Amino acid sequence: MKRILHGLAAALVLLILWQTIIWIVQPPNFILPSPTRVMQTLWTSRALIGEHALTTLYEVTLGLLIGTAFGIATAIQLASSAVARALLRPILAFSQAIPVFALAPILTLWLGYGIVSKVVMAVLIIYFPVTSAFFDGLMRTPAGYLDLARTMGASRRAVLWHLRIPAAIPALGSGLKLAAVYAPIGAVIGEWVGASRGLGYLMLLANGRAKTDLMFAAVLVLGVLSMGLYLLVDAGITRALKRREQ
Amino acid sequence: MTGGVGITVAGQVADLFPDLVLTLRPGEWTCLLGPSGVGKSTLLRLIAGLEAHVIFEGTVTADDGAPLPPRIAYMAQNPLLMPWASVLDNVTLGARLRGERPDLARARDLLARVGLADHAAKKPGALSGGQQQRVALVRTLMEDRPVVLLDEPFSALDAKTRAEIQELAMELLAGRTVLLVTHDPAEAARVGQAIHVLTSAGLETVLPPDTPAPRPVDDPQTLQAQGALYAKLRGTA
Repeated sequence: MKRILHGLAAALVLLILWQTIIWIVQPPNFILPSPTRVMQTLWTSRALIGEHALTTLYEVTLGLLIGTAFGIATAIQLASSAVARALLRPILAFSQAIPVFALAPILTLWLGYGIVSKVVMAVLIIYFPVTSAFFDGLMRTPAGYLDLARTMGASRRAVLWHLRIPAAIPALGSGLKLAAVYAPIGAVIGEWVGASRGLGYLMLLANGRAKTDLMFAAVLVLGVLSMGLYLLVDAGITRALKRREQ
Repeated sequence: MTGGVGITVAGQVADLFPDLVLTLRPGEWTCLLGPSGVGKSTLLRLIAGLEAHVIFEGTVTADDGAPLPPRIAYMAQNPLLMPWASVLDNVTLGARLRGERPDLARARDLLARVGLADHAAKKPGALSGGQQQRVALVRTLMEDRPVVLLDEPFSALDAKTRAEIQELAMELLAGRTVLLVTHDPAEAARVGQAIHVLTSAGLETVLPPDTPAPRPVDDPQTLQAQGALYAKLRGTA
């Protein structure tokens, strides 16, 4: 509750600042529209924005699910095999050295202007944080658990399944929270490079036609959407982790 | 369970302890007393076959010559309970780790014997420190091994709880070969059927009181033994 109040207060400060700039500088609408104008546009174009927002949300959700699944699988693979670690870790590190932006055009070329290239972008951008957070968790199983398991005559597989994976769930949770922040970025980059739907596409379109108010409205919706997604994932994970130990 | 197995550790770890021989008599509680950092836990880990991060020049042998690690149960100061699993799941961890069917009836029976019958479905976070250590004791008993290695399992408990768990553990682990590593002279004087003091000078064997363990906390002979052990630890004896 306190966090929400703080957020609202910050938003209010920004709005006042924005409106003050409008009053002092009086820029033309296509440079910087006033907050009220953006709100008006948001209302009058709600159907259009809503439709594109749904597309983006769909891409982000799919990307989140698929990226998480791949991330979990990779982390388990890395944690259970030294060979996999030796082979995959440099590749993973290198993949992080390439900005996702650089891959967007080629993905669009390969996968088309449809939803697939955006989902893949979102998957790519969250794959590393999820993998890395969960993998770190898997490698940081408390030594005492491993000692205990050893005296109990456990197989490596059983230790992984019964101790290492459950003990790493909080770490996976941190990875998922990061993923919720990154996934919309991936999807929107994909939409910028080439799309016919989605908030990123709508922003470019509005910008190109000097409909700056529409662009601002789209950015606002994207921001709220991303924030909402993060808060949802964060609350869900926190709750699930708490319940797990009760 | 067999009637315990005798164990002999002979050897040295450079920079930790000089050449020593530690003998655990079958079916007895042997206390290894010493200040922190002197290598008590290292000795225990060597017996358990756990990674001790030292170079040990010597041997750990069972008196029947068979390998020891599969016959050992281990309990540490940290109860090492899995916070996400119920008490019942925690005490049956060993069976699940070995892919065996957990003996739930036995688990419930043992939980009842340590006074936790009503807590089987709870998560460890809902239990007190003493209760958690009781759960760990039941988990150790579920392993049903002839050798039990205890690495200061009672040292984080308050005096009353500690005394209760000592008695409970002695009752439930009767007949097994037990090594209790501790830094508490009172504990050693109370439960030790053989007592060894490990200092940087080496291992010294001390005769325990000749009364049966666990001895009453206020027994004069026990208190005297405790005092003598204290003096040895401080190097004033």
